[in-house]
Amino acid sequence: MKKTEILVIGGGPAGLCAANAASSLGAKVLLCERDGVPGGQLVKQTHKFFGSEKQYAGDRGIQIGQMLLEQTQSDPNIEIYTDTTVLGIYEDGIATAEHDGAHLKIDAERIIVATGAAEKFLPFEGNDLPGVYGAGAVQTLMNVSGVRPAQRVLMVGAGNIGLIVSYQLMQAGVEVAAVIEGAPNIGGYLVHASKIRRLGVPILTQHTVLGAYGDGRVQRARIAQVDSSWQPVPGTEQDIECDAVCLAVGLTPLTELCWQAGCEMAYIRELSGHVPIVNEFLETTCSGIYAAGDVSGIEEASSAMVEGRLAGYSAAASLGHAPEKAAALQRAAQEELLELRSGPAGARILAGIAKVAEKGGRR
Amino acid sequence: MRITEHPVLDFRRGEKVTFFYNGKAVEGYESETVAAALHAAGVRALSHSHELGRPRGIFCAIGNCSSCFMTVDGEPNVRVCVTKVRGGMRVEEQQGRGVIQYEEN
Ligand SMILES: Cc1cc2nc3c(=O)[nH]c(=O)nc-3n(C[C@H](O)[C@H](O)[C@H](O)COP(=O)(O)OP(=O)(O)OC[C@H]3O[C@@H](n4cnc5c(N)ncnc54)[C@H](O)[C@@H]3O)c2cc1C
Ligand code: FES
Repeated sequence: MKKTEILVIGGGPAGLCAANAASSLGAKVLLCERDGVPGGQLVKQTHKFFGSEKQYAGDRGIQIGQMLLEQTQSDPNIEIYTDTTVLGIYEDGIATAEHDGAHLKIDAERIIVATGAAEKFLPFEGNDLPGVYGAGAVQTLMNVSGVRPAQRVLMVGAGNIGLIVSYQLMQAGVEVAAVIEGAPNIGGYLVHASKIRRLGVPILTQHTVLGAYGDGRVQRARIAQVDSSWQPVPGTEQDIECDAVCLAVGLTPLTELCWQAGCEMAYIRELSGHVPIVNEFLETTCSGIYAAGDVSGIEEASSAMVEGRLAGYSAAASLGHAPEKAAALQRAAQEELLELRSGPAGARILAGIAKVAEKGGRR
Repeated sequence: MRITEHPVLDFRRGEKVTFFYNGKAVEGYESETVAAALHAAGVRALSHSHELGRPRGIFCAIGNCSSCFMTVDGEPNVRVCVTKVRGGMRVEEQQGRGVIQYEEN
């Protein structure tokens, strides 16, 4: 049995900031990360981040991750277990994990769930063929392992992820045949769209993928135009020569641990799926369990960092660490979140949070 | 294919090692996963679906989806997208659910 004051599950921007914040008030923290290196999505992001300057926008994702990690690693209050997947949280507060190929029990007084998100999938013929990849897999191959995922890719989804990963593919020497998008408009920021258009990649809105075909691997894909109710328009089918189809059709909160722990959950469309109901300090309906970052609603790294801090301060304060200092820091973090969400993209998130409030939670 | 030049990233790959894919020698680097090394060597199909035997490759590359199960050094159902390459490792394409080997005591 491993004992700690605060267990942080997940080492993305939310988890790293939660650990740093809790420790800054004097709490002892154990951070468990499934991957070999903490950083979450940040380890794969070679582009300069959008968001607020306070949250290091303008720096590349990998640099932000490195900076947060260095702070965590040099902190004597924080212990980091990598290659450690947390498997469950039980009624008696004990969490279990796979660590070094063995089963580990963790006895923590508070738990912060910062597990991030999982990618959505899309139904179409041949979607199980080797060469149909999630955008995250493509990023892992090319930006972490340095292996070209394919020679010519069809990108599905023109949100920020689809656009950014298309550009990263070209930086890695991969051709992008086209970016297709079911909606009538490009979802991502115009700067990212313009960048890849200038390089000659067509962005086809109101198009969907009908199938992926090939002998044991993707060799071609069929796309078609869709009408306003997303139905394929007969006669508009086109075959695209490609050896990979990359799906960038959105993320959904990775909430298995919250479900399993018994947290009250709600489906909130604006937050991209089922999320735990949390209060203004990000505590779930299970006393002592907090949720921060994409797991409580898909948003951005900037807000994930501030949410992480808020959860970290709150968990530490609830254990009696520097409660007065904590109260001021909690308030500051709450205000920072409001400020981050004051733009047009934030309106959707605020609408989602209002729905969480209706269900008895509040942020 | 491995990326040798990149405008932003610099890949430090570590020691080159040889491992075996279906008995054939393949080169990989210590810091990379089996899935990445096989991908670099042009291998796309890693496992097969249980019922229809359809080929499966990586999908998530972070250990989430179980689409990359292979038999590694006799152990079935290993997620090779989160397993690092080791020199001499024997990696085998797996048919169906795989067979667990028990050691006799
Ligand atoms: C292509 C792309 C581009 C983006 N660009 C931007 C941008 O420019 N600006 C911006 O602000 N945001 C951007 N984002 C969004 C941003 O990356 C995410 O919102 C942010 O990373 C969320 O942080 P997180 O800590 O909640 O989750 P994550 O970063 O997903 O981290 C979660 C961590 O938890 C670990 N984990 C999960 N389950 C377990 C478990 N059971 N046990 C142990 N560990 C576990 C995971 O391995 C992971 O490391 C981008 C995202 C993508 C995909
Ligand atoms: S590719 Fe998803 S678990 Fe390996």
